[in-house]
Amino acid sequence: MKRRHAIVFVRIAVLAGSIIFLEVCCRAGIIDPLTVIPPSEMFASMIDRVGSGEMNASIMSTFSTIVFAFVLAIGFGILAGALIHRSPRLRDVVDPLLASYYSVPTFIFYPLLVALLGLGKAPLVVLGVLSAAPAVMISTLSGLDGISPVLIKLARVHRLSPARTFSWIVLPAALPRLFTGLKLALSYALIGVIAGEFILSGTGLGYDISFAYQSFDNRAMYGTMLFVLSIAVISNGFLYAWEGRLARRRSRG
Amino acid sequence: MGGATGAAPFEGMSDLLLEDAQPRPTPRRRVRAFDTFLLVLTVLALWQTIGSWTKGVAVSPPWQTLVYLSGLFRTWMFWDHAAATLAAFLLAFLLSALFGLALGLWFGVRRFAGDVAEPLLAGFYTIPKVTLYPVVLLIFGLGLSAKIAFGVMHGLVPITLFTLGAVRNLSPVLIRTAKVLHLSSGRTILWILVPACLGDILNGLRIGFSLSLLGVLIGEMFSSQRGLGFLLVNGMAQHNVPLSTAIVTVIVVVAIAANTAMLRLGRWTAPRPA
Amino acid sequence: MASESHVELNEVVRQYDGPPAIQALGPIDLVIDRGEFFSIVGPSGCGKSTLLDVVCGLAQPTSGSVRFEGKELCVEVPEGVGVVFQEDSSMPWLSVRQNVAFGLRTSGLSKKQVAERVDHAVGFMGLAQFADHYPAQLSGGMRQRVCIARTLVLRPRLILLDEPFGALDQQTRLLMGDELLRLWRETGATVLLITHALDEAAMLSDRVGVMSARPGRFIDMIETGWPRDRDSRVVSDLEFGALTARLWSSLREESLKAMGRAA
Repeated sequence: MKRRHAIVFVRIAVLAGSIIFLEVCCRAGIIDPLTVIPPSEMFASMIDRVGSGEMNASIMSTFSTIVFAFVLAIGFGILAGALIHRSPRLRDVVDPLLASYYSVPTFIFYPLLVALLGLGKAPLVVLGVLSAAPAVMISTLSGLDGISPVLIKLARVHRLSPARTFSWIVLPAALPRLFTGLKLALSYALIGVIAGEFILSGTGLGYDISFAYQSFDNRAMYGTMLFVLSIAVISNGFLYAWEGRLARRRSRG
Repeated sequence: MGGATGAAPFEGMSDLLLEDAQPRPTPRRRVRAFDTFLLVLTVLALWQTIGSWTKGVAVSPPWQTLVYLSGLFRTWMFWDHAAATLAAFLLAFLLSALFGLALGLWFGVRRFAGDVAEPLLAGFYTIPKVTLYPVVLLIFGLGLSAKIAFGVMHGLVPITLFTLGAVRNLSPVLIRTAKVLHLSSGRTILWILVPACLGDILNGLRIGFSLSLLGVLIGEMFSSQRGLGFLLVNGMAQHNVPLSTAIVTVIVVVAIAANTAMLRLGRWTAPRPA
Repeated sequence: MASESHVELNEVVRQYDGPPAIQALGPIDLVIDRGEFFSIVGPSGCGKSTLLDVVCGLAQPTSGSVRFEGKELCVEVPEGVGVVFQEDSSMPWLSVRQNVAFGLRTSGLSKKQVAERVDHAVGFMGLAQFADHYPAQLSGGMRQRVCIARTLVLRPRLILLDEPFGALDQQTRLLMGDELLRLWRETGATVLLITHALDEAAMLSDRVGVMSARPGRFIDMIETGWPRDRDSRVVSDLEFGALTARLWSSLREESLKAMGRAA
């Protein structure tokens, strides 16, 4: 068996094994059912809740917030990144800020955002953008940095207009690193919004989990939890695989 | 981005920012110092504007916050809470670092295990761990151990991934050199492996540091009666805006200071090529 | 004679503002005839690449004039000029075929015509087998061939090459030199080659200009006298040794100067 296949096989085996182990421990009573319910029950609960439609409002709320934050973060991030790239002086000042940005837990601003914007979607969106935009900025800067100067010379030799230079050379050349930023932006926006809903909110999947926990409704809690985690894994995994395809073409050499 | 597209999502990012590690010529440094000063002024002005415009309902303006802070620093309550956070954080970070380094080294040396584990670890990094918090609380109960668990949950994975990457990216020619020089295993690790990997490992520790702190704080924010996170949320609940603003300021300053210090330490011990 | 000259440089000087102000090039007087294969050799830092930039319009001379086909150059690269750079300028996100077709995107030619030209260029440069591969999968030499093919499709009348084979090993370079000669004969274009390799200049060119250390000026101009249908086997010719010797004797002192400056 090729090594690559063996790795995937072992990985699946490890995951499946852990789930089965957990299932057995739960059913056998080794793990207190008041603490953790068996994985099969988690799955059943998730299917029930999604199927019955009782989660629909929360799903809509959370997803729309995440998508909104994600799109805003991308727009703002790319614009800001491009502007900063044009001004070396501005960049000199901003670089250390960006380097330290993710050392500050963005969640601590959440209560202040709520006080400022009320308890609704707005503080969640802002929190999502605050979490995700810097990643886009950093990757935009890096992507623009990574454009080989010879390609710009090439554009001039072929007498390309600025618009064409941008869409035919700058954009494709910067795309891999930019895409990494987008991938990060999605996961940060998702984390930010869910965390915000969890800490302090009235609607959304994060709130549902917190509420279920406080109501001692383990089944509902784990069902929702599994749903959120599955969505996170699938969406991130999808972007990750797409990024891999993009990168593979360009660097197999 | 290197051959292994299984690289940790944030690895590339901190690489991007550390490329700039050479000292700047003096005139540029002066301009930058001046610009930074301008930036700080702008931030303070913005802060002041929002504070006074909302009449202190959301944010307390800079000067008031400073005054409040000086008062706060004289209370026993503040230091009690700060100590609680510090204790939880230090334990969380220590555990993250020890286990992270150990796991990272093992996964780095044992290639197969590393290849299996890496995407799983990277995947864990991208999920909203806050959704797992109730599980942690159910297992550990409310209290210090839960806080530490949160911190470790956030800090362990990056340290493991960075260490794994550092060991894996070790140039094979260095190991061959060690063999040619007849170095013992111990000496190979001490004289070659550690210095070569130090930069990336320190990077991982730096990020693990920030994330452990984040984990501890967020744990305090919703499930604790002690700690700076609790003070923050409590302040909001009681509409004590100066308190909340003051706590946020303290956290931001400490986080940035610690991160900058660790960045400097990293550059000093393991200077990167231009 | 004037109607035969393809490129004309008159008292061209290129300065960089300081502090300190550096004169990188000049004064340069140069006339290249239509269809000529002209090489420039010189020590490092003498301004060879700057000269190439000035000739094709990528850089403006601080003083003096540059004429291509009788017309003075303005700000942009004139039509009919192709450039092959020192660094690999193949676009990693396009296949070989797409890379070569890149130059024709703005040409207004029909898809069929583009495909024809691309196929011809790809075949000519020996890349037919790899037409759908990506640059990352090719060696350095092949990537440069892609860049040359990309220039070729435009049917330029003047081809500028800035140390195009610098990153390749000697044997590949000799073969690439043959390819270049084939290209030159087939297209009938004027070729200006910048190189640090004396043997390359000696074997490929009709005429070689030797540049001094910075600020670069021509200190020698040598006619090689090779027949048009030459190839790399000319290295076994006695004349070749004499040529290279003469080039080096002109160049050696300048190189030492350049090195002393750098050290």
